[in-house]
Amino acid sequence: MVENLNIEVSPLPRVEGHGDLVLDVKNKKIEKLQVRIPESPRFFEAMLVGRLYNEPSHITSRICGICSVAHTFTSLKATEAALGVTLNDLILSLRKLVNYGECIQSNCLHVYFLAVPDFLGIGSVIPLVESNPAVVNIAVKMKKIGNELVRVLGGRAVHPITTVVGGFTKLPTTEDLHYLRDMLVSLYPDLETSLKVLKTLKIPDFERETEYICIYDKDEYALYDGDLKSSDGWTIKPQDYLEKISESVVEHSTGKHCRASRDSFMVGSLARTNNNFSQLSDNAKTYAAELGLKTPCYNTFMNNIAQFVELVHCVDDGIKIIDNVLNMGLDENKAMVNVKAKAGRGVGIVEAPRGSLIHDYTYDSDGRILKANLIIPTNMNYANIEKDLYKLVPMLMEKTADEIKLGCEMMIRAYDPCISCSTHFLNVTLINE
Amino acid sequence: MSKPKVGVFGLTGCGGCQLEVLNLEDYLLDFLNAVDVVHFTEAISEHYDTYEIALIEGSVTTNHDIERLEHIAKIAKVIIAVGSCACNGGLNCLKNLYGTQKAKELVYGDKAGWIDSIDAKPIDSYVKVDYYARGCPPTRSEIVNIVTSLIMGKTPEIPAYPVCVECKRLGNTCLYEFGMTCKGPISRAGCNARCPSARFGCVACRGPVDDPNVNAQKDLLERYGLTVEDLKEGFNLYNSFKQIEQKSK
Repeated sequence: MVENLNIEVSPLPRVEGHGDLVLDVKNKKIEKLQVRIPESPRFFEAMLVGRLYNEPSHITSRICGICSVAHTFTSLKATEAALGVTLNDLILSLRKLVNYGECIQSNCLHVYFLAVPDFLGIGSVIPLVESNPAVVNIAVKMKKIGNELVRVLGGRAVHPITTVVGGFTKLPTTEDLHYLRDMLVSLYPDLETSLKVLKTLKIPDFERETEYICIYDKDEYALYDGDLKSSDGWTIKPQDYLEKISESVVEHSTGKHCRASRDSFMVGSLARTNNNFSQLSDNAKTYAAELGLKTPCYNTFMNNIAQFVELVHCVDDGIKIIDNVLNMGLDENKAMVNVKAKAGRGVGIVEAPRGSLIHDYTYDSDGRILKANLIIPTNMNYANIEKDLYKLVPMLMEKTADEIKLGCEMMIRAYDPCISCSTHFLNVTLINE
Repeated sequence: MSKPKVGVFGLTGCGGCQLEVLNLEDYLLDFLNAVDVVHFTEAISEHYDTYEIALIEGSVTTNHDIERLEHIAKIAKVIIAVGSCACNGGLNCLKNLYGTQKAKELVYGDKAGWIDSIDAKPIDSYVKVDYYARGCPPTRSEIVNIVTSLIMGKTPEIPAYPVCVECKRLGNTCLYEFGMTCKGPISRAGCNARCPSARFGCVACRGPVDDPNVNAQKDLLERYGLTVEDLKEGFNLYNSFKQIEQKSK
């Protein structure tokens, strides 16, 4: 049992980017609890000023190598909205496929390399290599297939090339699409194996209802496009996001904090499954039921399960999209639509693997950016992470300092995982030698 | 022979270069058989200050970056700059173009004073760099080639020819034929003409080639009715550091 506790975890291991946790407890009371983000600020909103409309997607892709597809598409959508560009079905379908690639890659890494060891109470995936090597192979294979979707369609796995304002510089061939389809189909036995492993996980008991925000499309489970929807009952057009979401600068972090209807909200897989569950593929719903994901779900730790359920959805819907595109035919004349510079404002929102991502650009009549505003999902989650920790720490007070520290780390990782996974990836390979 | 100890570090950047190391997938096992990774900011929790070869991603944009970089340089025997940010300053230097103080005020308003940020620079502005794996991001094989050459005691071969050489070798139709501009004729190769192959004009993310054939480029522009201004558009995306430096001379 702990009465006084002073924890500083710096940097937080296995999270993408640089974050620190500061926790100070005196006489069982939390004196200080902060998730600090000392990551170097980049100033993309300033870098974008004056740039021609065909450049922002390439510039903002460089905000994050891990979410480069989400940034690329959010940026393209903002620009296309400002310039009044309407895309055809072929372009939209291929973009959704590229987006699924990133989602598969990112979600799989989080689930397998982060969630599995954390929830099994082991320090890393290494013990699992001996007891269940199949899982490690599955993770490597899935990551590669996610990357291949982006590489084949986008020209490069990190910072895609072909995806530009108005469409694609180059279309895949029919053979490319069959290659990708075969790879996706080959994942089904792996999903079954994964289900067995995930079912054995002990997800910690925790509940804190909050506001859940993501995009919504009446016709499909929205990841690429839609209106902004809140579990607090409102839905707004992307361009009206400022009516609901506000940002503020906090001293301990270069990442701004966000609010909507309340003093914090959550974005990411759990927010999406909470808000749009009925639109998941039937297969994904079956997996959700098997894994005990009942929506609305207020246990943040279940975000890991929601990520896996979404991964299943991406595989199912990815195959469906490929079949549609093969039916449609790959007409080079449909790869691009006309784009012309004009003055105006446009907002793009895409669901990055870890939540809604917003780009808001204003262009002058030459097609150069006058003003840009970017809101990153992790910023949206900060305030909610701190609120979850305020609830979690008192629940853990009877445990040892190490267990409290681990509990807090797990909670943070439940939101923002990503590269975390690769930690174990490297270790595993070393052991294999 | 004991395996060389390697550290992988990230200063200010997107993490994409480190991700490309992790994306080695097919080579990763061989790579890790050849080296002993003792530090990897993005991927491993345990860190040791015993590295002989340091792969550094990102540019220097904070005082904290300078401290870290100088610490790494004291320990490492060989420093490899990885990616445009580390090699040329990269995209981060667009902030310098805008003005660092102005940028702080634009993004953080009256709280700008809380933010540690200095003009973005490539890492060789502070420490001696032995090899450059250029590009945004570099190709996976470029990184592997440099490290394996070092292990075998060879000098890594870094292309000193323009992107056009690689593009022609692939049999691509010149993008100027499609009415596009491409900086391939004056830009450093090494990417296997990745962008022109995807029908996207080269943006010189590896910087200009050492001794560019400027006249050939001018002839090309003239032949397709384009001007030097057309070519200049977007050149500063990855190369603004050098441009600002040249202007101030």
